[in-house]
Amino acid sequence: MNLLNEWAFIGVFVAIAWVFPALPVVLSAFVRPRKPNAIKMQTYECGVETVGDTWVQFKVQYYIYGLVFLVFDVEMVFLFPWALAYNQLNFFAFGAGLVFIFLLTDALIYAWRRNALEWA
Amino acid sequence: MQECIDIFNTFAGCLTASGADPGLAQFLSILLGVVLVAMGPLVIVIFLIWVERKYAARVQDRLGPNRVGPFGLLQTFADALKLITKEDITPAGADKLIYNLAPIISVVSVILIWAVVPISPLHIGADLSIGALYFVAVGSIGTLAIMMAGWSSNNKYALLGAFRVVAQLVSYEVPLVFSLLVPVMFAGTMSMQGIVEAQLGMWFIVFSPLAALIFFISTQAETGRAPFDLIEAESELVAGYNIEYSGMKFGLFFAGEFLHVFTNALIFAILFTGGWLGPFVYQVPALGIIYLFAKGSIFYLLSLHLRNTLPRIRIDQLMSFNWKFLVPVSIANLILVAFLWKVIQLIGLLPGPENASDFLAHLPAAIIMLVGNLALTVVVLQMLRNVGRRAVAANAVSTPANAELDDQPYSLPVPH
Repeated sequence: MNLLNEWAFIGVFVAIAWVFPALPVVLSAFVRPRKPNAIKMQTYECGVETVGDTWVQFKVQYYIYGLVFLVFDVEMVFLFPWALAYNQLNFFAFGAGLVFIFLLTDALIYAWRRNALEWA
Repeated sequence: MQECIDIFNTFAGCLTASGADPGLAQFLSILLGVVLVAMGPLVIVIFLIWVERKYAARVQDRLGPNRVGPFGLLQTFADALKLITKEDITPAGADKLIYNLAPIISVVSVILIWAVVPISPLHIGADLSIGALYFVAVGSIGTLAIMMAGWSSNNKYALLGAFRVVAQLVSYEVPLVFSLLVPVMFAGTMSMQGIVEAQLGMWFIVFSPLAALIFFISTQAETGRAPFDLIEAESELVAGYNIEYSGMKFGLFFAGEFLHVFTNALIFAILFTGGWLGPFVYQVPALGIIYLFAKGSIFYLLSLHLRNTLPRIRIDQLMSFNWKFLVPVSIANLILVAFLWKVIQLIGLLPGPENASDFLAHLPAAIIMLVGNLALTVVVLQMLRNVGRRAVAANAVSTPANAELDDQPYSLPVPH
């Protein structure tokens, strides 16, 4: 298979992969009973009536972890080409990679020192 | 390599000869392959659920499913039938579109990984040149599905579950990708088939057991299972993100989770223990399927055993374990492995392509890498020990009343 065919496969795959999980859900729509009432459709919170809005402000720590992850996720993608070509490169490549990884580690140390990684 | 692809080419050629447009014939042959690859995991998951339930039952000294069919093998079919006929309740406050899409996406994200799983020298959905990156990219769609479910349910428990997903699954992707870089570096390719073939002489788990261990722990956390099952901690969040789901949609979440565990075990087998490689695999390629699934099953059972024997850890411990332990260790491991690999290459210990399948030629390189990994492990464990001692000492000072208790050898450092 040539390169175009490989990606054609992925393209068709992404389209078809939806069909099989969706099938039982669609199928059950024809078979299952449908008797909704106001009490049944209530939000389930262990029998207690729900108080206030659900979509409110949340703990900022989750957001900070998301931000730290973003730093790593973006930078890690740049390490893949380095790892890919590593066998063909000379020793200088190790030094170059080291500098890049050091910059990454720097971000981690900074976040750590600023107590961004504490669950407070 | 060619014969098997020729099935599809013959199929396409046959259609063209029957008068179909060549483009259409090509499309239909790809479609046939896609349906085969997409059906596979869904057939497997039916038996995975049985294995999982039977194993959990045995650990807990129960019998497990044993009524429907021999050894309860058909129990999953009965459950699926039951789930399909159950009423589906959509809570009044839910965001309906996202709410209904989420369970489907959670299964789709796992099925998509199977496109790049090489099950034998001949059989792979699509041998992408960026297979490893595709695995990471597609795998994180699952996180999105769980977040969608938690957010759209309009339920506080579900939302808390979704928050934990953001924190946990996203965090554990960092050590996952760092340890994924190691086999990519060894193989010099991101194609899954290429990574497997690069392990002909020596499995990558021998070159870097530490990377393999970190990858295994991260995948365990990525699937959100004990001891990392905070996203659906039933004692705190009832059921977490899937609390409002019922009927088949609930079933899809579970099918997706079970399948994700097995898929990760297969990916682990491919990346670190040589995938379909085994004796006579090039003479009888179908053996590769058996080898891969045998290796994958070992890691799957290990994962099941961890799930059934370890208690859940707290969220602050979970995050500290990742950011203050796994991430630094995986970075240190990457640097160490890169350094040793280059040194081995420069002094000529690394076998060239002419003896790539020679086990003995890889031995000196493997020993150096193993010793390096072991040295790093010892250093890390020593550092952990110091941190633990300091925490115990600090705890003893801050709470003199408990000082006696903390001096006991079994007392653990209490995180604040």
